[in-house]
Amino acid sequence: MILGVWRERSSCDLIKMKLGILFSGGKDSMYAAYLAKKEGSGRKNKIFSSDSPDSKEGSKSGDYEISCLISIESKNKESYMFHTPSISRVREQARVMGIPLIVVRSKGEKEKELDDLGRAIKKAVRDYKIEGIVSGAVESVYQSSRIQKICNELDVECFNPLWQKGQKDILDELIRNKFEVIVSGVFAYPIDEKWLGRKIDREFVREIVKLNEKYEINVAGEGGEFESFVLNCPLFKKRLKVVDFRDFGEGNSWRREVKVR
Amino acid sequence: MILLINICKEKLHFYEFVKPVGDILVKKKIRGFIRHYTCVTKKDLDKASKVIICGTSLKDDYFVESVERFSWLRDFDRPVLGICGGMQIMGLVFGGKLKKKTEIGYFKENFKKKFLGSKGENEVYHLHNNYIDFSKLDFDDFVEGMVSQAVKHKKKEIYGVLFHPEVRQKELILNFCNLD
Repeated sequence: MILGVWRERSSCDLIKMKLGILFSGGKDSMYAAYLAKKEGSGRKNKIFSSDSPDSKEGSKSGDYEISCLISIESKNKESYMFHTPSISRVREQARVMGIPLIVVRSKGEKEKELDDLGRAIKKAVRDYKIEGIVSGAVESVYQSSRIQKICNELDVECFNPLWQKGQKDILDELIRNKFEVIVSGVFAYPIDEKWLGRKIDREFVREIVKLNEKYEINVAGEGGEFESFVLNCPLFKKRLKVVDFRDFGEGNSWRREVKVR
Repeated sequence: MILLINICKEKLHFYEFVKPVGDILVKKKIRGFIRHYTCVTKKDLDKASKVIICGTSLKDDYFVESVERFSWLRDFDRPVLGICGGMQIMGLVFGGKLKKKTEIGYFKENFKKKFLGSKGENEVYHLHNNYIDFSKLDFDDFVEGMVSQAVKHKKKEIYGVLFHPEVRQKELILNFCNLD
């Protein structure tokens, strides 16, 4: 398969498109941000030498600038739309990335939380002049179609660079690209509190793949089986360190609130 | 050798609209190559046994201004599948006009006749602001309803789907690739 080898360089638009990242602090939104940054930097793609748009000979437009991160602080821990992170730790991530953060609070009521998301995107358009949104949606049509509708109404581009990506491929690429990710929540049998704080590494992938075969656990946690938090990645100027944590939950539903610095 | 044509203006859309189709082929060890529509040459077309014109985002309709780049479709003698924006390009090349209709998310569509393996009610993923009315063109319509959702040229192996089969109808893409 000779993928991603464009034959000639098209005329390039030199103006960078300003992007806002729908940001939870977890692996998917961080990896989506990473791909946007990488495509925007003009660096040659190192993730897929054979199946991504070569930066040198890509399509007409292509330079992006991450202008802000957008987080929704939902009161509903069971939100269908949003990963519900501790906003204080997302602030720490934004700080080490050197990117402004917009936080909008939501009661997390089904469908009404979309108004809150719309409000957050409008704020990003107004304050940071963004022209596009990047989400970490992988398989959830519920999530992605709602984001698409809001962006369409607001006349903003919507990018989903992880869309339809293989579950294991995501984890493999995170590891290959030196993302340091820990498990911050577990919500499905047989994953229990012992998985909290665990690093996503080769051993983790081997185990979660086995659980997928036996219990149909989604390898990337797309079904909400687990949540993650990124401590370090190529977008960070400095690695975050867990200085304290508290675990909440019971049975196979646990959440770890970490304090990072 | 399948030629995948990328019609996205934005480079970052590659991951959402072209790579998922390429991944379906790679998994089945189907050989192919990708070109951006602004760079497709006669040599590329000669090399291709089949062509898939992938879709693009809701806002990205720059291809409409460059439909003449696809004029080769009129004389191409091998199978072509147009997905969403790719289907709209096919319609424009064969004389159709763009109409406004926004559909986003899962919709149930009823295939009245077998279309690349799909028959009866199917849940499909839509992501479009426009469509082409193929009813007055030289195409057969395979799905019930006012909006042309799945069509085939009456005399050529040219297929078009308005929905995104890479999300829910991966088999449709493979059936196209395996056409004799």
